[in-house]
Amino acid sequence: MTAQNEIKKSILASLWFMFLTFPIMVIKVNTVTNSIEWRWHNMAIVGIGAFFLSMLWRYLLKRKEEGRKKDQSDGLSIVQRLLHERRFALPGLMIIGIFTLLFPHIFSMYQTNIMISALIFVVLGLGLNIVIGLAGLLVLGYAAFFAVGAYSYALLNLHYGIGFWIALPIGGIFAALFGILLGYPVLRLRGDYLAIVTLGFGEIIRLVLENWNEFSFGPSGIKNIPKPGFFGIEMSMHTTTIYIFYIVVVLVIFTIFVINRLKNSRIGRAWVALKDDEIASQAMGIDKAKTKLRAFALGATWAGMAGVVFASKTTFINPASFTLWESVIILCTVVLGGMGSIAGVIAGALLLILLPEYMRDFGQFRMITFGAVLILMMIFRPGGMIEDVRKTYKFEK
Amino acid sequence: MDFEYFTQLFLGGLTRGSIYALIALGYTMVYGIIELINFAHGEIYMIGAFTGLIISSVLTMMGMPTLAVIVLAGMAAIIYSCSYGYTIEKIAYKPLRNAPRLSALISAIGMSLFLQNYVLLAQTSDFLPFPSLVPNFAFWEPYSHIISSAELMILLTTLIVMILLTLLIKFTKIGKAMRATSQDKVMASLLGINVDQVISATFVVGSATAAIGGILIASHIGQINFYMGFIAGIKAFVAAVLGGIGSIPGAVLGSFVLGWTESFFTGYISSDYEDVFAFIFLVVILIFRPSGILGRSQAQKV
Repeated sequence: MTAQNEIKKSILASLWFMFLTFPIMVIKVNTVTNSIEWRWHNMAIVGIGAFFLSMLWRYLLKRKEEGRKKDQSDGLSIVQRLLHERRFALPGLMIIGIFTLLFPHIFSMYQTNIMISALIFVVLGLGLNIVIGLAGLLVLGYAAFFAVGAYSYALLNLHYGIGFWIALPIGGIFAALFGILLGYPVLRLRGDYLAIVTLGFGEIIRLVLENWNEFSFGPSGIKNIPKPGFFGIEMSMHTTTIYIFYIVVVLVIFTIFVINRLKNSRIGRAWVALKDDEIASQAMGIDKAKTKLRAFALGATWAGMAGVVFASKTTFINPASFTLWESVIILCTVVLGGMGSIAGVIAGALLLILLPEYMRDFGQFRMITFGAVLILMMIFRPGGMIEDVRKTYKFEK
Repeated sequence: MDFEYFTQLFLGGLTRGSIYALIALGYTMVYGIIELINFAHGEIYMIGAFTGLIISSVLTMMGMPTLAVIVLAGMAAIIYSCSYGYTIEKIAYKPLRNAPRLSALISAIGMSLFLQNYVLLAQTSDFLPFPSLVPNFAFWEPYSHIISSAELMILLTTLIVMILLTLLIKFTKIGKAMRATSQDKVMASLLGINVDQVISATFVVGSATAAIGGILIASHIGQINFYMGFIAGIKAFVAAVLGGIGSIPGAVLGSFVLGWTESFFTGYISSDYEDVFAFIFLVVILIFRPSGILGRSQAQKV
């Protein structure tokens, strides 16, 4: 009886989706030649797909409900336990460390370049993790800070000849200033307004960069940005790439170190408290404005530094590299990996950047998958792949 | 100052404002009931325009008369937008009703991304020419240099939709239920209101107005693509916030204010920064009057 019911429900869902996707999936109008292309095979795919997916959907929802009732007694997953067990964690870290050190020598330059981009996104993800994961502020214009960092290096170099190593902290500081500039007016806003305002801010920065030709050279961007130097030694293309790879690795390690320390510091705990309950934490003496501004500034700093590295890696930047989609991708890495969890964000960023690179054939499905990932993660696994473990005190007899 | 130029800008702003209003209504109604910014709302507007284009092209090629094409394509667009609105709510928002607000918001962003790319993959990434469905009325000819008949049509349709919506919310049973649900969900359900149904109905009504806006603007501008919903959606949201989100007259007022300011700004100052201006406007409103023009400021309950 129940099985029959399930099948009936799935057939209904399948019919519904066949109806829903009919004009857009099946009919394709060619307005130039005034002809219509009927793609009936798409309807069949949708029908069959919806039939099975709706079954899976209801099964997963049911399991989620049951899981909630059972109460998560052994909440830690395998990965988390591995991370917390010293026996596995230390050798594991060492293997990862050796692998990273040898990476540019084992793999080709092409692979190294992809890895550099992925690691830049790791830094961005970790930076956004401060703002979203720890402080709970949904920022949708994070790519704007990335742009500020990249443009500050490019412009400072163009006008004043400032090198990479001086630009790195300056880019971070500029981005932090922009973070405060943005953070100040929006401090009083609640989550959803904040998301829209930061989205608007991201678009403002991009549009200004595109339209203000005298300042940023408009859509054509800035060319010939120098790669980082090493005490003035001339390096070949190949060695520079390896050099940048190591710089990014160091930056990632530095980021992990700082965020790990921040997380358990007074500021970090204040962020988490504010995220959970603003009024209660204000009553406990946390300065809301200052704490939130710190989150904005620190989150932006990492984006700024990542921007400087990005500009020096590609040697060419234009506003098209800093659209809303970059912000969404970074958001996606944080959500997929696990908000607040460092290991999760790293895994999420590597997965989301490396997978599309190696699956070029499916490149067109990239953004649609990202959209689906955001929805599904929120419904079925809001904590992400590797959930953040809060520090708790356990009372043991 | 040239008076005719001023009138043109004024009426241009009015048309722009009516379109924003048709989209902003959906935002504000949904927000009023479940306190969620439905990011995918702009996408529903886009899907409405696409469905309208597809159905009208098919019907034209089948040799139907123009009037029948307009009516049928319009109805199809509204029906499909409503169905999409209904389905989106069931998939992306209903399972998250008791989750933290951040979760629902991220899910909404995901839905918007998904729908945009769904249309991009299933249709095309190019701009499609949209036939101007509104004919040039003969009786309006003497005034057409001030305001074209298409623009007149937009204004009239908006007015009719507003009146119908007000009647729906003020006087019908479902309208009463909507108002009750937006005030207190738990109490409403205790009094026998099916809250799930009311929320679905809100999404359907909001999607319908968005679809009407989508067809009108598409036939006015003359081209559509998969990205059109995003910026229009954001601007409509700005309008809804400006008027006070959750308030229906506020959304309409905010839309007209935004439409006029944009129109005058681009007309007298610069058109490069048109979109920047809308966002700066939003930030300024939120700093000085976060509850909007007609919104009530809500005290936070502990």
